[in-house]
Amino acid sequence: MNAVRRGLSSGLVQAFLVLIGLVWLTPLAGLFFSSLRSSQDSASSGWWTVFSSPGRLSFDNYSALLKNAGITQAFWNTVLISVPATVLVVVLAALAGYAFAWLDFPGREAVFLVVVALLVVPVQIGLLPVAKLFGQLGLFGTIPGVVLFHVAYGLPFAVFLLRNYFAEMPKEMLEAARMDGGSEWRIFTRLVLPVGRPAIASLAIFQFLWVWNDMLVALLFADSSSQPLTVQLQSQIRQFGSNIDVLAPGAFVSLVVPVVVFFAFQRHFVQGVMAGSVK
Amino acid sequence: MTATLVKETSPPRIGAVERARRSRRRARIIALLFVFPALLLLGALVVYPVLFSVGRSFFDASGTRFVGGENYTEMFRDPATLKAVRNTAIWVVVAPALLTGLGLILAVLVEKVRWATAFKLLLFMPMAVSFLAAGIIFRLAYDEDPNKGVLNAAVVGVHDAFKGTSEYPTARAREGQGLKAGADGSYRTSGSVSPGKSVALGLVGVAPKDLPGGARPAYGAAHRQAAADEVRGVVYLDFTPGGGGKQGKVDPRESGLPQMKVEAVRDDGTTAASTTTAADGSFRFTGLKSGSYTVELPGSNFAQPYQGVSWLGPMLVTPAIIGAYLWIWTGFAMVLIGAGLATLPRDALEAARMDGANEWQIFRRITVPLLAPVLTVVFVTLVINVMKVFDLVYIIAPGPVQEDATVLATQMWLVSFGGGNNQGLGSALGVLLLLLVVPAMVFNVRRFRRSQR
Repeated sequence: MNAVRRGLSSGLVQAFLVLIGLVWLTPLAGLFFSSLRSSQDSASSGWWTVFSSPGRLSFDNYSALLKNAGITQAFWNTVLISVPATVLVVVLAALAGYAFAWLDFPGREAVFLVVVALLVVPVQIGLLPVAKLFGQLGLFGTIPGVVLFHVAYGLPFAVFLLRNYFAEMPKEMLEAARMDGGSEWRIFTRLVLPVGRPAIASLAIFQFLWVWNDMLVALLFADSSSQPLTVQLQSQIRQFGSNIDVLAPGAFVSLVVPVVVFFAFQRHFVQGVMAGSVK
Repeated sequence: MTATLVKETSPPRIGAVERARRSRRRARIIALLFVFPALLLLGALVVYPVLFSVGRSFFDASGTRFVGGENYTEMFRDPATLKAVRNTAIWVVVAPALLTGLGLILAVLVEKVRWATAFKLLLFMPMAVSFLAAGIIFRLAYDEDPNKGVLNAAVVGVHDAFKGTSEYPTARAREGQGLKAGADGSYRTSGSVSPGKSVALGLVGVAPKDLPGGARPAYGAAHRQAAADEVRGVVYLDFTPGGGGKQGKVDPRESGLPQMKVEAVRDDGTTAASTTTAADGSFRFTGLKSGSYTVELPGSNFAQPYQGVSWLGPMLVTPAIIGAYLWIWTGFAMVLIGAGLATLPRDALEAARMDGANEWQIFRRITVPLLAPVLTVVFVTLVINVMKVFDLVYIIAPGPVQEDATVLATQMWLVSFGGGNNQGLGSALGVLLLLLVVPAMVFNVRRFRRSQR
């Protein structure tokens, strides 16, 4: 009797979770199938009609996308923004994190508390002043400008994460290295960075996704020649219906990269997002 | 002894002190070199802008006149900004609570199935997707046309399954040919009918291609005689394909209208009998008492098809965008709560089970209280994130309803850069956003200091 009831309830649980899974999958399937349909088809019927006439699907939208200079340029801009913004954050935060954890300098504790406080500062508050500053420095509307802004707002979390991770290293390990006469730079590159690899990986993935997916910062700081994919697509959203043959495949391309990163580095990804959620 | 020792070792020691001091200074310089690049960027692009914005928020739009707290009072006077404050409040009240609840339920349930990992991966995946892509995904899903938007297709499907569809939304009667329209969209015979009579009710406005599949000509049925206690008739399409028919007459090639609801109504308005027409449009009411009746085609035959819900209309746009937000963040809540669940003491749960507690009691009395710290962290994290929501609102809300959906972050953008061009008010909104996260800031700093002791 109990077993029957348990079997029944586990059946219900399974059914419920399958339903939730379908609900989660459907919008994504909608984007995917819409990206393979002509704009005429999208204007006249729903994407689920493809199941009755799969022959109408084609990759024409994607090949048109490849020939669309604005989109390909924006794709490369996204790469040119995300990669340096990730590398710079990792390098600068690793250097600073090591110093905050193991080197001695005046005001170390107080400065680090400021960094902790900066964790939750919303980017919105920086938009206007930094725009003025970049205007004076000639960085406004350029890729380096966008990168610098992302680096600055990625740093508090990055420094916080790496400092805490480095601080967990056994003291004896570092002292032994210092005894052997290693310079700080040598210790940093040969010991600290390798030991910190898991944290650095999580940080890099988190930061990469953050920048790759950003729209707000680039919306302000990039111009038409330096804008990433998100901004390029956003500019076409007003005529949503008539641009669907660009928007749907464009959005799919923009989400494929992070989703591949997600499946390739699941563990680091989840850890990075979890740690970064304090942001 | 000590003195001699000092004396003996003092010359080399002075050198050592000097060397130690020098090496300490060197170490400090190295340390500063390590932190300098990060601190320079943080100072120039984060700390300075915060101070600048705070200062700027006390000046007017052009930045020339000091206005004190005027921008801050303006925020609650200007209807658009006030709307943003209200919407942000709705977001903060609704989204984190829903997400934490849903995350908790799913985290508990998913442990009971074997494919938990696959499920977690699927639900977590939207965290990798940009708000822009998610916005486009949900613009598609929320499309108002039930033929295009999957959500409305589902809603209409469910609605029609329960309420039924009307067969003839376009049909109407010609003026002055025996039928008069009621206020509720129904048609009834203009004269009264008594048992033993037959009626022919002609309608137009149905395209031949819209006729139900099995519809047959009404000619034969129209000429059948009614018995003394019955009223017979046909409902037909008074239109001969290719022309040639006569208006108001059942011509040989004219089709009956099947599945039409028909009622016989007494003079006092009560319904005596009701039926549905056959494939040739015929109907009959048997066993009627003598008297006079009118034959009525109820309005439900002609109701406009149900079009679903206007998700992105002014009323529902904020709940709709919150729905998209749930799609993105539920996996996050579930995984974080699931991690907390894994650390719960197994024996407490087992002991409760042994004592005969059912799953619900265990959930209520043990799981939830023990998970409270984790739930708080999830909730607070979500509150902070929700307050800054921007892209999703900016993308999903169509132009005309943008102002109904606006939140603090989008309003700040619109006021500062998107045509508002009031950088004083824009800065004040930025500062408000900052003030809202100050509790989280204090919390972070406190927690960090505690962890260092």
